[in-house]
Amino acid sequence: MEAEKREGRIDDSLNLKGVICPINFVKTKLKLEELDDGQNLEVLIDDGEPMQNVPRSIKEEGHKIIRVEKISDGSFKLLVKKGGRT
Amino acid sequence: MIMVDRFIEDKGSKIKVDTEIEGKSGTIDFDTLRSGGLIKQRQKDLFTVRLRCPGGRVPLSKLEKVIEVAKKYAGDYIHLSFRQSLELPYVNYHDFKAIYEELADKEQRVASCGPRIRVPTACSGCEYNPNGITDTQKMAKLVDERFFGKSLPHKFKISFSGCPIDCARTSENDLGFQGAVKPEWDEETCIGCRICSKACQEGAIESDVETGKPIFDPEKCLYCGDCIRACPTDSWQEKVKGWTVRVGGRHGRHPITGHKIAEFISDEEVPRFIETITEWYEENAKEYGRTRIGVILQIPEKWDHFVQTLRETFKDKVLENPKAPTKNEIHFE
Repeated sequence: MEAEKREGRIDDSLNLKGVICPINFVKTKLKLEELDDGQNLEVLIDDGEPMQNVPRSIKEEGHKIIRVEKISDGSFKLLVKKGGRT
Repeated sequence: MIMVDRFIEDKGSKIKVDTEIEGKSGTIDFDTLRSGGLIKQRQKDLFTVRLRCPGGRVPLSKLEKVIEVAKKYAGDYIHLSFRQSLELPYVNYHDFKAIYEELADKEQRVASCGPRIRVPTACSGCEYNPNGITDTQKMAKLVDERFFGKSLPHKFKISFSGCPIDCARTSENDLGFQGAVKPEWDEETCIGCRICSKACQEGAIESDVETGKPIFDPEKCLYCGDCIRACPTDSWQEKVKGWTVRVGGRHGRHPITGHKIAEFISDEEVPRFIETITEWYEENAKEYGRTRIGVILQIPEKWDHFVQTLRETFKDKVLENPKAPTKNEIHFE
């Protein structure tokens, strides 16, 4: 139960709506640097190019996207676990 | 009378190189010049020396040597050729031998021109380009070592692109290899996040409205691997990886577009593919003389025979109904 709670916990969040590529990814990276491995960052990004590129870049950097949620305005909420792939 | 002409590419020019060089042949060691790479300039006695830089990658140790040699024997700049070679302009033909020998210190060789297999070109390389699927630099090096300079009925250019973006323009080369990966989806591990349908730029993946799980249309797939790279749960995996091959392209006065002839050719099969095609070319160009392969392949019976020949070795990796090269006329439209 404790582990389950931890898995979905939001430790920090970042609103990247209206932020273009690759600045949105760079900001995500900078924010993740402040977190510890295993902590979760919630990122809000736009549909289109950001959704096409940012999740892939996050994966390539060794983090894990554990949840994706579509918001009513068409943007997306990603929950990223720092270092989740290593 | 003198053999200079066959080392010189620009035969159409009005400058009579033969006469200029005639009588001075004693100072040139023609054996060292066999592979060519010397391009006559407008200026009397001067040539551009084209260097052999497979895949456009020049190690710094070689580059330093090239600069040293250029300062000594060539003009005050290096020109980057359209096929990724370094070219040293304003070289006096008396210095050819010295240049060859000094560059050889660092194993920097001179390129070729004329009717033979040229230095292969390639994109930057899969080890740092995130889109890269196949190792173009490794293959450019291998093909250069094995096939460079092989005499053929006409010039023969080979290129390698690591992904379907095709920076090395495989459709504009006599033979082009482009990296491709066929994806495979595992339903078990998929969380229905829809990221793959967003990552796919070709509309080959739609997401199920209810479950978010992908609906894949292989007809639209370019085999770029974006879905594989984007999937957070690794539910999209590599099924088969290899080279898409295009044949018969060329640029120049009358460009030809080469089309897909085979798919998912492995690294190990590439040399055999080149051998099969160049052997066919040697045999089938006899009646046409100095003619590019893409021109010959536009003759329907030649095309059929060519496809058949490839199928004998490469079986169903050869497309069922491949398209012969097509003219891409740019002057008389």
